[in-house]
Order: sequence, then structure tokens, then C-alpha cells
Amino acid sequence: MRILVVEDDLEAQRYLVNGLKEAGHVVDDAADGDTGLTLALSRPYDVAIIDRMLPKLDGLHVVAEMREHGNSMPVLFLSALSEVDDRVKGLKAGGDDYLTKPYAFVELLARIDALMRRRSPAAVKTKLAVGDLELDLLTRTAQRSGQAIDLQPREFRLLEYLMRHAGQVVTRTMLLESVWEYHFDPQTNVIDVHISRLRAKIDKGFEAALLHTVRGAGYMIRAAR
Amino acid sequence: MLRDKLLGHWAPGILRTQAFRIVLVYVFLFAVSATVLVGFTYWNTERALDAQTDAIIEAEITGLAEQYQRLGLMGLMDSIKNRSEHEGQGLYLLADNEGRTLAGNLIGWPPSVTQAGVISEFKYDRQVQNQLVTRRARGKAFLLVGGFQLLVARDVDEREMTRRLFTTTLPWSVGLMLLFGLLGGALISRNMLRRLDTINRTSAQIVAGDFSRRVPVTGAHDEFDVLAENLNRMLERIERLMKGMREVADSVAHDLRTPLNRLRNRLEDAQRRMASQGPQVEDIEAAIAETDNLIATFNALLLIAEADAGTARGTMAPLDLTQLVGDVTELYAPVAEEKGVTLAASPSGVVTIEGNRSLISQALANLIDNAIKYTPQGGRVSVTLAETPAGVDLSVADSGPGIPEAERARVLERFVRLESSRNSPGTGLGLSLVAAVARMHAARLALSDNAPGLKVTLSFLRAPLRGR
Repeated sequence: MRILVVEDDLEAQRYLVNGLKEAGHVVDDAADGDTGLTLALSRPYDVAIIDRMLPKLDGLHVVAEMREHGNSMPVLFLSALSEVDDRVKGLKAGGDDYLTKPYAFVELLARIDALMRRRSPAAVKTKLAVGDLELDLLTRTAQRSGQAIDLQPREFRLLEYLMRHAGQVVTRTMLLESVWEYHFDPQTNVIDVHISRLRAKIDKGFEAALLHTVRGAGYMIRAAR
Repeated sequence: MLRDKLLGHWAPGILRTQAFRIVLVYVFLFAVSATVLVGFTYWNTERALDAQTDAIIEAEITGLAEQYQRLGLMGLMDSIKNRSEHEGQGLYLLADNEGRTLAGNLIGWPPSVTQAGVISEFKYDRQVQNQLVTRRARGKAFLLVGGFQLLVARDVDEREMTRRLFTTTLPWSVGLMLLFGLLGGALISRNMLRRLDTINRTSAQIVAGDFSRRVPVTGAHDEFDVLAENLNRMLERIERLMKGMREVADSVAHDLRTPLNRLRNRLEDAQRRMASQGPQVEDIEAAIAETDNLIATFNALLLIAEADAGTARGTMAPLDLTQLVGDVTELYAPVAEEKGVTLAASPSGVVTIEGNRSLISQALANLIDNAIKYTPQGGRVSVTLAETPAGVDLSVADSGPGIPEAERARVLERFVRLESSRNSPGTGLGLSLVAAVARMHAARLALSDNAPGLKVTLSFLRAPLRGR
């Protein structure tokens, strides 16, 4: 995957670029808004990581310009600003995701994967399937190996999100933001408890586990091989 | 809606204004003093008139007594007849020792005059245009040598009429005075109230976070204008300070997050390079965890500062508190269940307030999180929404150990953690954030005894702030 990194803190940039390269991505970098915008408009990238505060041209303006030129490349904002209304501003300017510094690299990777996946949306699906687990989005029902699974509405949304990102790491923060729409860090590991309940419903009694914990990162649902 | 509200509290509003109260006191004082003044003047005039009457009576008695001495009874009777013929104020009666009338224009001796030598008042009948009229007189009886009695009096009915006039018109005048006073007071109060209302409304909007508002200056150069100008100067200063605070928060955020970011990056980098498990890997993991704690504390502090600076006020929107409570409770339900604590929420109906969903959710999450943390297994945490006349109370009550009354105020301060909870995880900022969120929403935060346990109540105002 080709990724554009626009970040003026050179150490953070170097780290970010190295990490992304290690993860197998092709990375271009820019240290100011002008260069970033030129790159974004002249080359095809799968995703751009743009710092919110940049010299020459502010991150918000870079994205606004990109969108004006009809460029719909997914953008993830990195911001060291205070948070409450900044996220809203970033998303309004055309950003697709927003991550506050300092962030965990796994969090960033997981979000980039999710953004790139979003870019190639399959035709509108009415059914999701991972292995023998099936989710009917119209009837809001789930079954595994033909056996109906009783899910609460929130559990359904949680499972739906995991299945839409099957094979990808999904972090706790991503789940909290997408499934519960909360942008704060609950002190207790509430997400873990919800996951373990869901796991008890979909994996218990079946030979192959589908819902996996990715140590230090989050969760992943994938079919057993 | 604003108009209805204003008009709705208008009439009792006027009565409650200081201006109206002052006018009321003044009108009352004026009425009392006017009554006293008029009464005193009347009393004095009456006294002077009476004295004048008495002097005339004395002079006539002296004159008639002299006449009697010089000319005898016949001379006196002549004099009396002479004087009686004038249709004037003078009244005379000469009677012998058996009470028979000898001369004079009074019909019979008035029964109330019994003592000689003393001025007294009595009623008498008089022919006025062939009609007998009872009138009032003031006179003095005088004993003549030979047992004759002489009564000299003057008609004082006119004085009576004046008195009646006074006593009937005075209450009316006082009544009218009070009425005009009240009307004037109401007018003055209404004017004052109108100008104070603009000041109050502007202040309310500013409290609600709109720091760009200014109190209008009418240009009348009166004391209200001076007040408005002073308030506006103060507001400009506050606005500047708030802007400064926001800038500081932003630069602190930026300047601290950047090095924290590098620190975390380096640690992660080191962790990635160490493929194998070992004591160093554990050390690095611990260091990352510590960094994350530091970041969490920093974020919480920043959020508190932001809530207090009013940065997030632009993000306030009408929200259904019932749904919010349902959502947050649902998020924590499995955590409570796992700990063996009953988490019950009893919201009902739709309760709409103006607020920031994310911040209130976070505040409620902190409260529920704390409550579950401190409630022993088998205990109960209940989240309730109760409508009050002013708005709605959101409470989280637990059956844990509670907080001693003396310490309740202290736990709302930043970083305060009670001795008993030193060893459980947390930043010590949970309740501070709740307090900041409460301040931002003009809600009251109260800690009370749940007997046993702690009850934390957030009292939100139902009406949107800007409408007040």
C-alpha cells in the first residue's frame, strides 16, 4: 500500500515512516503543508497521514484543498492539539479519522488498515460471513453452523463491526468510537468485558475460535484455517 | 418563548424590584407626613379660630356686664335686642333665675350649658328660611347680680363644615396620592427593570459561554450606562483572559504531546526490536504502561481545563438525558455483572437538556466506574433520573463505604484521593472532571450519604441557558 506521511516533527516522522515500512507499506513523506499537498495531488496514495499543525499550510487546509480538487484519498489526522472540538473540526474539513498524539503505533496501523478497507467498499452487503458465522444485516440475526445466536442490539453492532473488519486488528478505542460513539478512555477495561461476553456467545461450544485477542493491540475476527 | 417568559414574570417582577419598594416606602412616608401636616394645620387653625371666637365672647360679656351696671336690666335687654336683630354669628340669651327667657335670639336655654364662667359648645335650633335647623355654637354663660343669667355665644357651624370637609376629603387625597405613587413607582420600576433585564440577559448569555456578548449602552449617560460600560470593560478583559487560557491550553497540549509522542515512539521502537521475551521486554512494557498513565492524566487535566475554559460550549446541543443514561449504563453493565454488583438504571420518558453528549457521558462513566469500583460484591449501584421543578437530577448511588462528610468537598479537588483508595488504579481526576463538566453545564454537583454508600447528584437545569 502507498502511504503519504505529512509531519513536521522530524523525529516523529522518521519513526512513523520506519514503522510503516516495516509493516510492508510504501511511504512518501513531507515536512510541510505545501509539499504535502503537492504530493497528494500528484501521486496516487491509498491513504494519507497528515499532522493537524503544519508549517506553510495547515493540515486542515491541506485536506480542504485536496477535497476541492476532487481527491477523495482517505485521510487520517494526527493532532497534538487539545481535543474537545478539534476532532469535529478535523472531520468537518474532510478528514476520515482522527488520532490524538501520543498514540500507540498499533492503533495507527489498525486505523490505516480500516481506512484502506473502507476505500474499496464491496457492493452493499446484506449478509456478512466469517467461517461458519453468519450475520444477516436485514433481519438483524446471527447464526453459527446453522445455530441461531441470540444477540443484544449492541452486541450485534459490535459483531458487525468486527466482521466488517474481518482479518484486521481492531483496537479497543476503535470499537468504543464506532460501536458506542464515545471518544473518551473509560478507565476500566469495559470493552474487554463486552468482548468476552460476545466471545462466549459465538465461540463457546464450537471447536474453532473465531474471535481472537491480539496482544497489545486489540481484537480480530477471522475464520479458522 | 423568551417573550412569553419575560411577560410571564413581568407583573410580580415589578413588585419585587428595589425601585418599586423604594417608591412604595416613599409614598407611604409622604402620605403619613402629609396627613400629619394637614391635620396639624387644621388643628392649629381651629384653635386660633376658637381663641378668636372666645375673645369676642369675652369682649361682649364685658361690654354687656358694663351695660347692666350702668343702665340696669332694661338697658341690658335693649342692648341684647339690638344685637340680636343682626342676622350674624352673635347669639344671646338673658334669662331670669327661674330660667325664663327675657331677651335674646336663642330659643330656650341649651340644656348642655350648666356651668357659668366656662366656655362650652352646644347645639341650638335656628330659623333659616322658615326652617328649623340645628347648628353648633360656642359660648359662655355669665351670672349677673340679681340672679339673672346671660349666655353669649357665637355660631361656629362654618367651622364644623370645614372640619367635615377635611375629614371627608383627606382620605380621598391620601388614596389618590397612594395611587399616583404606585403608578409612578411601577413606571420607574418598569424602566429600571427593562434596562436591568438587558444587563441580566447579557450576563446569562455570557455565563452560557458566549463571551462576545456586550451590554448595550443607550447613550443616555446615566448610571445604567456607566454600569454597562464598566461591565463591558470587565467582559473584554474576561474574554481576553479566556482566549489566553485557551491558547495556553493549546500550546501546553502541543508542547507536551510532542515529546510524549516521541517518548512513546522510542519505547515502542525498542519493543519492536526486541523479538524475544525477557526481563528487558517486560521493563519496556512497564515503561509504556507508565507513559500511557502519564498521557491519561495529562489528557484528563487538559479536558478539565477545556471544560472550564468553555472551549466546548460551541458543541452543546439538545440531548436526551434518558438515552445517554441508558447508553452509559449499558456500557458498564457487563463490568458490574462480572464484579457481582447490580447496576440498575431507572430512567423514564424523554428528558432533554442542553449539553455536550461526550462530556456528560464521560462524567457519568466516571461516576459509574467509581461506584462499581468501590461497591463490594453483592452490592448495588443505581443510576436515577428525577425531574425537579428546576430541571433534572441525575444521580449515581452505590452501596459502598461512602465518603465521610468532612471529606466530601475535598474529593472534588484535583488529584485528591482518599487514603483508603490510594492503591486502586486511577488518575484521581475522575471526580474533578465531573465537577468541571457540571460547572460547564451550570449544573450543581452534590455528594450525599446513601446510607450506606455514596450518592452523587448532578442537577441540570431543564431550560436552555441562553433562554434565561
